[in-house]
Amino acid sequence: MKALVIARLTFHEALQRKLIWGVLALSLVFVALYAFGFHMLVREWNEMQARRPDDAGGPMMTYEIFASSMVMLGLYTVNFLAGIMTIFAAVGAIASEIDSGTLHAIIPKPLARWELVLGKYLGYAGMLVVYIAVMVGSVVVTARLIGSYTPPNIVQGMLLIVLVAMILLSLTMLGSTLFSTIANGVIVFMLYGMAMTGGLVEQIGTVLSNQTLINIGVATSILLPSDSMWRLASYVVQPQIAISFTGPNPLGTTVPPSATAVQYSIAYCLVLLLAAMLVFRRRDL
Amino acid sequence: MTETATHTETERPAATAPAVETFGLRKVYGERVAVEDLTLRVEEGEVFGFLGPNGAGKTTSVKMLMGLVRPTSGTARLLGRPLGDRAARAKIGFLPEMFRFHDWLTGEELLDIHGQLYGMSRAQRQRRIPEVLELVGLSHAARQRVRTYSKGMQQRIGLAQALLNEPRLVFLDEPTSALDPIGRRDVRDIILRLRAAGMTVFLNSHLLSEVESVSDRVAIINHGRVAAIGPMADLLRRDLTVELRLSAVDPELLDDLGRLVHIEHVDGRERPTVVARVPDEETIARAVDLLVGRGVRVYGVTPERRTLEQVFLDVVEKEGGEVR
Repeated sequence: MKALVIARLTFHEALQRKLIWGVLALSLVFVALYAFGFHMLVREWNEMQARRPDDAGGPMMTYEIFASSMVMLGLYTVNFLAGIMTIFAAVGAIASEIDSGTLHAIIPKPLARWELVLGKYLGYAGMLVVYIAVMVGSVVVTARLIGSYTPPNIVQGMLLIVLVAMILLSLTMLGSTLFSTIANGVIVFMLYGMAMTGGLVEQIGTVLSNQTLINIGVATSILLPSDSMWRLASYVVQPQIAISFTGPNPLGTTVPPSATAVQYSIAYCLVLLLAAMLVFRRRDL
Repeated sequence: MTETATHTETERPAATAPAVETFGLRKVYGERVAVEDLTLRVEEGEVFGFLGPNGAGKTTSVKMLMGLVRPTSGTARLLGRPLGDRAARAKIGFLPEMFRFHDWLTGEELLDIHGQLYGMSRAQRQRRIPEVLELVGLSHAARQRVRTYSKGMQQRIGLAQALLNEPRLVFLDEPTSALDPIGRRDVRDIILRLRAAGMTVFLNSHLLSEVESVSDRVAIINHGRVAAIGPMADLLRRDLTVELRLSAVDPELLDDLGRLVHIEHVDGRERPTVVARVPDEETIARAVDLLVGRGVRVYGVTPERRTLEQVFLDVVEKEGGEVR
């Protein structure tokens, strides 16, 4: 299948970009800092425990809350970096290749235009899956080795972070068939920021029991479900005790999005990808 | 126009269909008409020169044929198949005007990817890639990254890419724009070899001498339509200038001659040299008959060949006046 040729080319192409290496370097720094931070937390905790009187009760339960928060912070960073990487990698997927003229030699070849869009999508998706798997793996391994803590449902959590990246990838690819690289970057980042803010507003709405704020959050999740899928990921990888302890907060949620929301997000990816194919089919180069 | 294509191959099932056939292709961008009406036919096996001044619609025309741009109206067939047909595209090569590719690949890797996109098997690619690299003179740079190539080398790798699939029809858009005189000669030789192998070449170039030296037929487009089309020889032969060296001629005979040809000037009296414009070769013969019939001795008849450049300028400056 020709789309796979394009996918492989796109994967290699992405690895040629300095921006991607920038994100990777940043990720390495993050993993190192994270491991160090976790180590410090464990040391502080142990010192604190040593000073505490023996009858204080249930220390292991509260350690779980702290360790889980650490994992949450780690995964949040992974989610954020993956989002940035998605947008940077794919922002000019189509537009910049139209500008540079590389498509002029490819489109006349015997492959359909939708295969080109699909191939690029798969190429970026492959890169992002590898990236997310490695980064989530680093967080989990750090938590286990240094913190002796294993978060629950980590595979589901990882898949949800992959879904977040796919949502952003679909949006960025569609934008790239419609707008110039710069315009697309501005639009996608605005929407990404909007989704995050919408998620925050929803959390505040939950704390204040304000239905209007909650509705604003829901509306932004419909427009771009990236943030709601992240919050679901954060919900599934925390033990219930940690969720009840932290309550509604900027990074997580106490009210997990439903299965319908997950189905909606998957459909969202497919519909936007399909739209990108249709738009590109008619595009003059 | 039914100049026969050189049917060198026998195994072609659709050899009777023209290589390129367009009917009223038209492209409008908003208010601007890029191509008004492109109707032409290129027979299989010929080298077809596609000329026109900047902004005449050449590039848009080629882009429509290559599926890069959707025609506003009109239709076209390549190798007897409608535009966009995949089987036909597997047998067509294209060198875009500014060949750009992912320059972090080596020449060989780049061709390998293009081979895969053409749908060539691994064995086909392994056989064909060294062949085309040799053909365009890049064997020595096969394992070098395209980024390190000179402009001329990039154009050559683009040409290699266009010929990789052993196409029946190849579109070359300004194939020599980045080449030095030696490179130009090389490309001209390659085109002639392709023609000898029975390939159809659609050559879009602004270098008229280059087109003149390789093309069997030429179309000149102006204001988005075909202003002149025909075999190169026919285009060059019409509206000739001829120089006649004669014995003494009386003014009365000159008047008679002037009714047959357009006399531009007469030099000398004893043995005058008459320079005249004639519409075609037949008129030269009639002029000589007239002179000889009236007892004038004809020492020399020198038809001055027109260059494609003169034809081009005439056509374009006449604002699309039909030559044919």
